[in-house]
Amino acid sequence: MPALAVGTLLCALTGQYGQAAVLPDDRLDVLYHYYDGGGITVSGPSVLVRKQLGERFSVQGKYHVDTITGASIDVITTASEYREERTELSASVDYLRGDTLLSLGVVTSDENDYKGRSFNINVSQEVFAAMTTISMGYVRGSDEIGRSGDPNFAEELDRHSWRLGLSQVITRNLLAELAFETISDTGFLNNPYRQVRYLDGDSPRGYAFQSELYPRRRTSNAVAVRGRYHLPYRASVHAEYRYFVDDWGIDAHTTRIGYTHATVPRFIFDVQYRYYTQGAADFWSDLYPFRDAQNFLARDKELSRYTSHSVRLGASYELFDSPIGFMSRGSVNLVYDWITADYADFRDLRVTETPGEEPGYSLSANVIQLFFSIWF
Amino acid sequence: MKVRFAWLTLLVLLGACSSIEPWVQPYERDRLADPIMSFDRDPVSAGYLQKVYDIREGARGATGGSGGGCGCN
Repeated sequence: MPALAVGTLLCALTGQYGQAAVLPDDRLDVLYHYYDGGGITVSGPSVLVRKQLGERFSVQGKYHVDTITGASIDVITTASEYREERTELSASVDYLRGDTLLSLGVVTSDENDYKGRSFNINVSQEVFAAMTTISMGYVRGSDEIGRSGDPNFAEELDRHSWRLGLSQVITRNLLAELAFETISDTGFLNNPYRQVRYLDGDSPRGYAFQSELYPRRRTSNAVAVRGRYHLPYRASVHAEYRYFVDDWGIDAHTTRIGYTHATVPRFIFDVQYRYYTQGAADFWSDLYPFRDAQNFLARDKELSRYTSHSVRLGASYELFDSPIGFMSRGSVNLVYDWITADYADFRDLRVTETPGEEPGYSLSANVIQLFFSIWF
Repeated sequence: MKVRFAWLTLLVLLGACSSIEPWVQPYERDRLADPIMSFDRDPVSAGYLQKVYDIREGARGATGGSGGGCGCN
């Protein structure tokens, strides 16, 4: 069986059994998203439109806004509540030639203290009678980081990402995907507002804060395998596993399983469970023994040891089953995700205790998406 | 010796290409073409949720599809 798999891959790579690929569907999605968890509320619209131009081109545009209000646990203990807005714009063009699909895209993201710009290119090729799709991608990002209230603060961050993918028809009911991505960052990687704490006998609470300091380089690798299986009736199950490791000492495992049910006329129901666990960065600590205890300092909970569970419930309703005007299909969708995270070492400083004895922090979040989709 | 064995194995596998036929024919892919089998059924929703996770987790990458489908269309 492994020999067969390797043989299939080699046949694919040598270009045998080629067959024409297709451009993505023409569609319009209008989404409203709402996130509430850990003291933060994020909401806003997201609009995506994709349209084919002639036989060989397809263009896509996306507009996304995050309006962020509140104060996370990091802010509650060291700064004040805030409100900000992030606007993301992206555009891409796909070019189809035979069995090859070439995609080029740009993304911009703007906040009052952060500007992100990126360019991406992706090539995918269907081979082996369209049973196999091989893809390669590259993303180049360049960010400018500021700090509110500090006009002299200006930092930069460069990012390179390389992607490889393979999707394979296994049986007439089973699809599988394998994905690999390596990402390399250079520049200012920490958060300009966040701080670490260290033991300080002169402070009434027993500890004091100083700015965090991350390395200026990070390289990470992630590999994922996922599959979807069509059940004997109109339903499918899916599963995914991803392994992640980086040179800061973080390793993480992500597992996802789900079920999609479509036997009720016009309805599609989704249920999904996701489990995530990660180790801490080598230089991370909730409480350093003294000021400037290490060359690198981090107390971000995102780099700490923790586990997370997520449950999703989704429903999609087909608005019409025959074309109306220029619209061939339409649906309204409601998706709810419940996310919990339990941090093993990140302490909840809202509780006054002997430094280092505070209870571990945990959060739960509600994420709601309501969106309309139209195919034309 | 190991290099020779590796080349021999590669040649055998490449030679085997002529004997490996696609075992799922296009007319047998009706179930694979069903939208419920798509890895990326609702890209705007999937992109948003992935962003929610990326911001809050140390891990990143290998989340998107390989850019292709099942060749069902």
